[in-house]
Amino acid sequence: MNLQRYGIIYSALWKNSVAREMSFKGNFLLWIVVELLWFGLQLSFVGVIFRQTESVGTWNQWEMVLLVGASNFIQQIYQAFFLVNCTNLSELIRTGKMDFLLLLPVNTRFIVSLRQVDLGAFVNAVFGLCVMLYAATRLHLHPSALQILGFTGLCVVGILIHYSLMFMLAAVSFWTVRAQGIVWGYYNLFNIARMPDEAFHGAFKAVFTFALPVLLVSNVPTRVLADKLVSPVAWISLLVLGALWALISEWFWRISVRRYTSASS
Amino acid sequence: MRKYLHVINIGIQSNLAYRFNYLTRTLFSFIPLFAMLSLWRTVYAAGDGAREHSGYTQTQIIFYYLMVAVVDVLTAVNEDDWQIAADIREGNISQFLLKPVDYLTYRLCLFVSGRLAYVAMAAVPLALFIFCFRHNVVAPASLAAALAFPVSLVMTALLQFFISYGLAMLAFWLLEISTFIFIVFAFEYLASGHMFPLDMLPPLAQHMLAFTPFPYQLYFPVSIYLGRAAGAELYTGLLIQFAWVAAAYLFARFMWSRGIKKYSAFGG
Repeated sequence: MNLQRYGIIYSALWKNSVAREMSFKGNFLLWIVVELLWFGLQLSFVGVIFRQTESVGTWNQWEMVLLVGASNFIQQIYQAFFLVNCTNLSELIRTGKMDFLLLLPVNTRFIVSLRQVDLGAFVNAVFGLCVMLYAATRLHLHPSALQILGFTGLCVVGILIHYSLMFMLAAVSFWTVRAQGIVWGYYNLFNIARMPDEAFHGAFKAVFTFALPVLLVSNVPTRVLADKLVSPVAWISLLVLGALWALISEWFWRISVRRYTSASS
Repeated sequence: MRKYLHVINIGIQSNLAYRFNYLTRTLFSFIPLFAMLSLWRTVYAAGDGAREHSGYTQTQIIFYYLMVAVVDVLTAVNEDDWQIAADIREGNISQFLLKPVDYLTYRLCLFVSGRLAYVAMAAVPLALFIFCFRHNVVAPASLAAALAFPVSLVMTALLQFFISYGLAMLAFWLLEISTFIFIVFAFEYLASGHMFPLDMLPPLAQHMLAFTPFPYQLYFPVSIYLGRAAGAELYTGLLIQFAWVAAAYLFARFMWSRGIKKYSAFGG
């Protein structure tokens, strides 16, 4: 019953987003081009790296293309659902528009997190999938149904990790108005997510594997798909850390929203 | 002239109000930079002749990225293009049409003060970061390189600024120009050598890039310092860079004079 109500609300938010996007069609298409260009840049970087060497750790060229594709796919789906909403949070707090959302008879985190949908990102996610498919054929991969299922499930966990972390950073805006810079700073972490985990060592690797698990987010699903999984520890830690960060971010959200004092009008 | 010094002064003060932002931005930018260095170290660790392919030793490639970070801090356009576009859209430029102040010079002063404030905030963390990689740091390749590098650096900054200024003038015709800025930025990111040294590209791509201003927006001063552009190449390079700066300046002036004819002040 409750779920159905939220389903109805969410479909209304979708309709709203579609209407918004379609009122600036040219802009909508241009944004897709922008994202596509950046994706192309990342692929050309892989090309340049493999002009110098045969492999990065154990990753060969097409495995790395698969990784970049998967990382783009995960980032775009994340962007489609959450990115705008996370970056808007500090603006909602600064202008006092949060008042309006707090008064609505729905879960506030739900409405804050999912208010807008970025439709162009779905198109770019499809480009990511196409590149992955091409890389998979070059690697002669024939993933089983279980592998594909595992890949999909781990992608979902990865997206939720990105969301939990970024939403927490956005919630810092309840404590200081200057949080927008921090939220955009998270964007830098997407740059690491598309690099092969074997490129890193020591403290850096530990931090971005166990504390902020961005190195697991695209590497583990790609390894599942490419038969590169060394031990089950990788995907188990992705699941555990996903659950852990979801809990921490919910706790942080709750204590943060208590600090909301609105903006004087 | 005094009035523009005044603008610089005010610009530094207002930019320092964002020092927390500058500091976090600098610190966050170290993460992908460090990741990039780790990635290249892994490439070189394989030892399958990466050096012969690229013509860079591991030390050189690491230093390349450190130099890119330094040149970027000194010359990159920060938010000037967005601010100019907003000035046009919101009608703030009307006051410059009435006052004896040249808008381009005014924005150039703000750009300079923005860079000064940014350098003031980024210098210490960046110096610490480079200190961690001090074994890879090398001196300028030659005396000529040491002298030409700052000259080229100033021209790089001017080139970046004039191109951004000219692009921001699109706001006279279009409501939303951020997509155009991002598209150009994407090209710049690759073609200026931000992602990797341009001489790692296939020869054909290198020849094509030589006809664009992009390499002169970052790659050229770095390659002067590293001694990769030396001798005759250095001097012709400086001349070409100067030509691009002049062309970008004319482009910026041209866009303004065309735009101003189209302009009808909004708001008050």
